[in-house]
Amino acid sequence: MKDFLNHALYVFRSNPVTAVAFIAFGLIVLVAVFGALLVPYDPLAIEAANQFSPPSWQHWFGTDQVGRDIFSRTVVATRIDLLISVVAVALSLVVGTALGCIAGYYGGWFDRLCGRLVDTIMAFPLFVLAMGIVAALGNSVVNIIYATAIINLPFYIRLARAEVNVRRSSAYIDAAILAGNSDTRIITLHLLPNILPPMMVQISLNMGWAILNAAGLSFIGLGVRPPAAEWGIMVAEGAQYIVSGEWWISFFPGMALMLCVLCFNFIGDGLRDMMDPRKRT
Amino acid sequence: MFKMLISRFAAAIPSLFGVLVIAFVLTRALPGDPAAFLAGPAASQEAIEEIRSTLELDKGLMAQFVDYTRNVFNGDLGSSWSTGQPVLSELVSRMPASIELTLLGLSFAIAVAVPLGVLSATRPGSWIDHGCRLLTTAGVSLPIFFTGLLLVYVFYFLLGWAPAPMGRLSLFADAPPSVTGFFLLDSLLAGQWATFVEALQHIALPAINLGIFALAPIARMTRASMLGVLSSDFVRTAKAHQLPPRKILYGYALHNAMLPVITTLGMVFSFLLGANVLVEKVFSWPGVGSFALEAVVISDYAAVQGFVLAMGIFYVFLNLLIDIVYGLVDPRVRIAT
Amino acid sequence: MNITKHYFQRLARGWVALAFVAALLGSLNASAGRNETLIVVREQGANSLDIQGLGTNRPAYGTSWNVYDRLLSFGVKTAANGDLSYDYQSLKPELAASWRVSEDGKYIDFMLRKDAVFHDGSSVTAADVQWSFARALAVGGFPTFQMKAGSIESAEQFEVVDKHTFRLHLLRDDKLTLPDLAVPVAAIYNASLAKQHATDADPWALEWLKTNDAGSGAYQVEKFEPGVQVVLSRFDAWRSGPLPKMEKVVERVVPSSSTRRAMSERGDVDVSFDLPPKDFAQLIDNPKVKVQGIPVENFMWFLDMNVNMPPFDKLKVRQAIAAAIPYQAIFDSVSYGRAAKLFGGEQAQPTSIDWPQAYPYNTDLKKAKALLTEAGYPDGFKTSLYYNLGLATWSEPIALQVQQNLRQIGIELTLEKIPGANWRGEMGKKSMPFLINDMGGWLNYPDYFFFWNYHSQNGVFNTMSYQNPEMDAYIDAARFAPDQASYIENVKGFIGKAFADVPRIPLFQSNLDVATRLDIQGYQYWFHRQLDYRQLYRK
Repeated sequence: MKDFLNHALYVFRSNPVTAVAFIAFGLIVLVAVFGALLVPYDPLAIEAANQFSPPSWQHWFGTDQVGRDIFSRTVVATRIDLLISVVAVALSLVVGTALGCIAGYYGGWFDRLCGRLVDTIMAFPLFVLAMGIVAALGNSVVNIIYATAIINLPFYIRLARAEVNVRRSSAYIDAAILAGNSDTRIITLHLLPNILPPMMVQISLNMGWAILNAAGLSFIGLGVRPPAAEWGIMVAEGAQYIVSGEWWISFFPGMALMLCVLCFNFIGDGLRDMMDPRKRT
Repeated sequence: MFKMLISRFAAAIPSLFGVLVIAFVLTRALPGDPAAFLAGPAASQEAIEEIRSTLELDKGLMAQFVDYTRNVFNGDLGSSWSTGQPVLSELVSRMPASIELTLLGLSFAIAVAVPLGVLSATRPGSWIDHGCRLLTTAGVSLPIFFTGLLLVYVFYFLLGWAPAPMGRLSLFADAPPSVTGFFLLDSLLAGQWATFVEALQHIALPAINLGIFALAPIARMTRASMLGVLSSDFVRTAKAHQLPPRKILYGYALHNAMLPVITTLGMVFSFLLGANVLVEKVFSWPGVGSFALEAVVISDYAAVQGFVLAMGIFYVFLNLLIDIVYGLVDPRVRIAT
Repeated sequence: MNITKHYFQRLARGWVALAFVAALLGSLNASAGRNETLIVVREQGANSLDIQGLGTNRPAYGTSWNVYDRLLSFGVKTAANGDLSYDYQSLKPELAASWRVSEDGKYIDFMLRKDAVFHDGSSVTAADVQWSFARALAVGGFPTFQMKAGSIESAEQFEVVDKHTFRLHLLRDDKLTLPDLAVPVAAIYNASLAKQHATDADPWALEWLKTNDAGSGAYQVEKFEPGVQVVLSRFDAWRSGPLPKMEKVVERVVPSSSTRRAMSERGDVDVSFDLPPKDFAQLIDNPKVKVQGIPVENFMWFLDMNVNMPPFDKLKVRQAIAAAIPYQAIFDSVSYGRAAKLFGGEQAQPTSIDWPQAYPYNTDLKKAKALLTEAGYPDGFKTSLYYNLGLATWSEPIALQVQQNLRQIGIELTLEKIPGANWRGEMGKKSMPFLINDMGGWLNYPDYFFFWNYHSQNGVFNTMSYQNPEMDAYIDAARFAPDQASYIENVKGFIGKAFADVPRIPLFQSNLDVATRLDIQGYQYWFHRQLDYRQLYRK
């Protein structure tokens, strides 16, 4: 553990961007937890007479088409966006890795079945599949999470399967088998740790994609229900006002969204470096 | 090799069937009553029931599925209710527009992202590395439709460099004689230089829009994989033998690093085909994505099913291609026969 | 050596100059075609060329209007704001050169133009008219329904007197019969051409006419790519009116409203249709764009409460809600003033038969709270407010503001967005307790509007499930009123009843706006809310 901490410090020192990303992520989590208590306005309060006010001292990020305070909405939206991405990715990670490991390790009919499943899901353009699922089940946060988890599933199954498949015949696994380790033990202790680093890159990407996916769904009208504040739907709704000059409506939630996705991506890189044993000195 | 192709293809048939089933179930689960929709605003309940029976929607789900499957094997994908056209001809006429856009977007992304990824990997931790990461990651961190609208706003509305986002050609240009359906290729084949330039002008912005979105995964995977390879034993051995750095980098390392990149490319391509839906909407691009979007919104079963099926077939071939390339690059992976 | 080089340089310069001039001439040449071409962008394109077909969408009404002719059309008038508008009180000839009501009032004879031809060159005959009307009645759904609105209910009413005389037998004296022949549904099809493409399974050639043109209108279809574009070219043999000035019309689908706005602002398109009201309100200040629009006739945005679902069965609850709606804020922030107000009326009873007119309701939260308490809901209640996703630009800000105000009197609303495809189904089921919608009638008569909305026949637009014998009596009496005095009395009667029972709360009557380039002239408002290209021209 101490080794790992030392290594983490080393990574932070050598890669300031990762350090910044981790700090920013910490802040984002804090905002998600306490944001709702700190905002100056009720994020749902409408003041129609005050619609489309540009950023000012009263409204730092301006107001939207029905006069809601964009700063308050952007802050409060952090929680729901974080929730969508974390839960969706966790779901597909756990299910996907388990299926992929078993398929890659044992092969056989289960492998073929998983292969079919993956091919079937991947035969849909992913966003269209998400669109179909949400359209069929109805647009709620839970269904957006399910849809996002399902479209990400193949990535994890494939990756886990490919890694396990390649390593399965390697010498150290043979040695482990000869030493009398059980299959479960080999998968969890010898294979999983090797799968995780490349998986981390995927996780970090997917966290971001989950948020972007929700935003895309919002753009075509299948996003989170109003009046809830969510970055994607704020950007999607605000996008139509760019040409007419009310840039702030989509700009600030867009920046928050971008910041969060950037964070996830940089953290993924950093995590990879930390978990890569070859980088440990 | 041939035997492998055959077996790989045979293995794809069950998943195509899976596609057919899922597409059917998913589209039937779509809310909305197409009969009520088609009957128009003032229809009576009887009129709606009448339409339901003409559309054979009053049959059981199993019976509908059997009918549909039989029709598919006869090459009949049904008619789209929204456009009134046979789904097959609609897809065939729209598919090239989408593929041309996606391929161009992907090419743009590869051309930019692979060099950036290699550059970052050779100088890990430098400001170049951080700069590349920031650049590519920023591109993927904004919703694709937002980037698209920004591009339209800046390059069309403010600067006037790009043509109006109204499809593949300007209003007064005629499409080149169709050979491949790709306007860029067809215009060259027909020697219509002006049409080529115009098609290029129209496709540039949406392709860049798509490409920007694919930069990060490709650059990231190139870098990650390149880093792994560069710190691996065989590169160390090659360095120890004082092989020229260029030869190590491009001859050995890049070759080995391409394996995960190719897997990523397949995923990115499928991902881009999906993202197409949003880009096509922003740029009024007459492709299958916008067709599917419209179809999902109005519960146009036949159109959604046909679209999904076409994508399934397309993707099976793509997967086959990736498997072959994968096998060529990495002899460790033996394709199970 | 030097001289040769110099010579080549001059030669090269000459070629460059020549190429430049040629390019310039070429572009001038191209812009000559541009002048006679009208470029229109809109959100959604026509999905069919056949207005009588199944599931034909709204944009297709416009295409059909320009490609097909009808027996009759309407005259022109100048609206209150100076814009041109069709005049529902004056009928004028189109394919029928003249018409005559028989002395006993039992039938009408239509004398067709002898020079009228279809796009394939064959002449328009009474048999075509008969076939077209019979088709409208046979296909069911909306067309049949629309014909019935004018008391045209059975194919036996149609008679071919001679090649150019068509007789319509009347079931009753209905003032809507003649106007009903001038609506898009009453288009005249080339019967012999269509019959060639009819099959046993499809005797009315529904399949073929979806994508093929069998009209005699001023424009013919040159290209029809559903969801992408419709290209129309002028039919030079058209005689039913003055030949249109525009030779070609290109109607492109551009789904993004901000892109459509940008195109208008840059002057790249001639006409931009269905923009959000805010864009129209702001484009007025752009010196390069002309915005025209008048409130859509016989049309309103409203909130409906389902009187079969408690607590909306209580009049006091409905009145409480009517007193809690932030009318002015909605008017300002949703319609941007591109509308007429339908609230704040001074009198509790109607003083005129103008329709739509302002209902006597104002925002008064104290009164609303008191009414709610009287109704037995001092702590309010919970319900859901439904709206159509397809019209979210309008209905979502309305929903949010209604939600906020009702919360202040204790009513908690859950907002339910319904995708456009489901909306009609939900309307038909009458399962929504509280909803936002819009509705307009083609034929500009209040009794026509009330028949669809408030009558106990409980049509699809009566989403409030309102059934009241007194109301029915007024509506039926007005529809077939023998004289103006009784008409006025009954119209005031049903409007007054709607004021008092308030199952529907009108909000505003929005404009039909259109943004054109400054050089585009002749725009005219039509009841079908589509563009008539025959009147447009470039100055």
